Amino acid sequence: MTQKMTQTHPLENRVVLAGFEENESWTLKVFEEKLGGYVAAKKAVKMSNDEIIATVKESGLRGLGGAGFPAGVKWSFIPKNPTKPVYLVVNADEGEPGTFKDRQIMEHLPHRLIEGMIIAAAAVNAKSAYIYIRGELRLAKLRLEQAVEEAYKAGYLGKDIFGSGRDLDITVHPGAGAYICGEETGLIESLEGDRGQPRLKPPFPAISGVFGGPTVVNNVETLSHVPGIINNGPKWFIELGAGTERTSGTKLLCVSGDVQKPGFYEIPVGMKLSTLLNDICGGPLPGRSFKACYPGGSSAPLLRADEFDVPLDFDSLAKAGTMMGSGAVIVMDDRRSIPEMAMRTARFYAHESCGQCVPCREGTNWLASMLKRLCKGQGAVSDIDKLLDACDNMKGRTICVLADACAMPVESMLKKFRPEFEAIAKPDDQVEAQVPKVSGQMAALMESVRARQMTK
Amino acid sequence: MAYAFSEKLETKFQWLLTRYPQSDAVLLPLLHDVQDEAGYLTPDAVDYVAERLSISPARVREVASFYTMFKLNKKGKFVLQVCHNLSCYLAGADDIVKALEDKLGIKAGQTTEDEMFTIERAECLASCSTAPCMQVNVWDYHESLTVEQTLKIVDNLKEGKLAMPSYEDRIAAGGDA
Repeated sequence: MTQKMTQTHPLENRVVLAGFEENESWTLKVFEEKLGGYVAAKKAVKMSNDEIIATVKESGLRGLGGAGFPAGVKWSFIPKNPTKPVYLVVNADEGEPGTFKDRQIMEHLPHRLIEGMIIAAAAVNAKSAYIYIRGELRLAKLRLEQAVEEAYKAGYLGKDIFGSGRDLDITVHPGAGAYICGEETGLIESLEGDRGQPRLKPPFPAISGVFGGPTVVNNVETLSHVPGIINNGPKWFIELGAGTERTSGTKLLCVSGDVQKPGFYEIPVGMKLSTLLNDICGGPLPGRSFKACYPGGSSAPLLRADEFDVPLDFDSLAKAGTMMGSGAVIVMDDRRSIPEMAMRTARFYAHESCGQCVPCREGTNWLASMLKRLCKGQGAVSDIDKLLDACDNMKGRTICVLADACAMPVESMLKKFRPEFEAIAKPDDQVEAQVPKVSGQMAALMESVRARQMTK
Repeated sequence: MAYAFSEKLETKFQWLLTRYPQSDAVLLPLLHDVQDEAGYLTPDAVDYVAERLSISPARVREVASFYTMFKLNKKGKFVLQVCHNLSCYLAGADDIVKALEDKLGIKAGQTTEDEMFTIERAECLASCSTAPCMQVNVWDYHESLTVEQTLKIVDNLKEGKLAMPSYEDRIAAGGDA
């Protein structure tokens, strides 16, 4: 049961999701006949690379997977005369807890993504493109594969597309369940048939990415905005949002947790979080009040209910000490225990750490086990400062940002809701020291060390 | 029994090889299909895939063990994975896990003696506004679950019926899964 969400709230503005409610919106027929599909692609393949890039740069389109990096600028990093083939890779490995937006686009409007890919590939001269889709999203994969096949049959993919002399092949590539493959270079490793362990940068993918070629990696939602920008121009896109090139366009928000109407909503960038939660999502459940929310997926530091007046755009959220991230708003009401949420957040990252870097591999697990101990009522008051210290030692010390993504929300919870943690912690002198459990070879080794020390 | 690709998979394998500049890049899509055919990634299947791609079995095992969707050990016929991440937790995922554990008499992570069911806790399955969510055998999603529905799904599976109408049928009937 994917949600139907056929009714649009008056405050919403469906651009990427335009046509979502049409019957069989995922077919080429409906996409072309009713939704103006592939008009932009036909126009773009005849434009020069620089023209396409300039248009997208001017629109202020930003990477909507989480990083918010300007898409046109990213494309402009691809060398003009590369010695190896250029690749376009779509990051469809949607895995950030709370996020389910790309799934909606791929299940209902796969052709819009393919059209965006044709334009992006033209901009960077890529002849091969891969959609790296999360393995679990079976319906989305099915629909994408069908759409790609339809596009090949229509002559929109393959050799000499739209008679422009350009070639493009698209392959749908399933992942197999690893959050870290949503990280650009982890995804590239995985696409090459390896463990999805992120690479050291530089070199950045734009210089040396998948199969050693210059590579652009873009999110599904980002690319799905591109046809609209080509059709209607950058000014139109800027005016969709709050009105500056830093806040252009619309953004898909995924709301889950304790609200009346959870779901996905496409809103103008710059709308206030409080408007989204109270007016569009119907406010808190009956008899409840909001306590806090993650505004951009589980990696984003928490906002307290008294901070909900913030505009939903990259810069405003950064100023408020958190981030737009993937646009997943997870809401908690007054019943919820923040330490419990912190424990579950840390446990997720501990499970998903790829294990390359010590601060992440050890840090995420320590946070999870210390928080678990606290939640069981067996933690000490001094654990709170130890946790903060551990968070501080995880940030900015690893190859990718998974450690930061774990430390940032946990740190925000410890700082903003410290009394809740103190309330469940015991005074230090009442807590038994934690003795690490060891078994097997390690236990034998420790025993022999102890024995040797005894004889000295 | 020695494993080999079925005729259908052999055709798909040859097609996959044409899609990538390096043959080992087909490993992930290929392992999904091999797992579907063999039930899980048996030692034989791992060796066979390695041989066909001219890579070492250790590489195949190294990759397979990194991803949660690949099974290197035999599990129950039905693997019930309940998401226990933030949004599903808020919507009562713990009650779903508890109900399954009580009904089947095993703990999450275990398999029933008759090898019918395995219960697992999973991380975010991208069904957060339709939480809680359970997937049966990796891809069959059941969303906005109640404890009653969950138990009904188990009963249906036990009786040899489908958990619910098949995924494809549900898509056909209204374009929804």
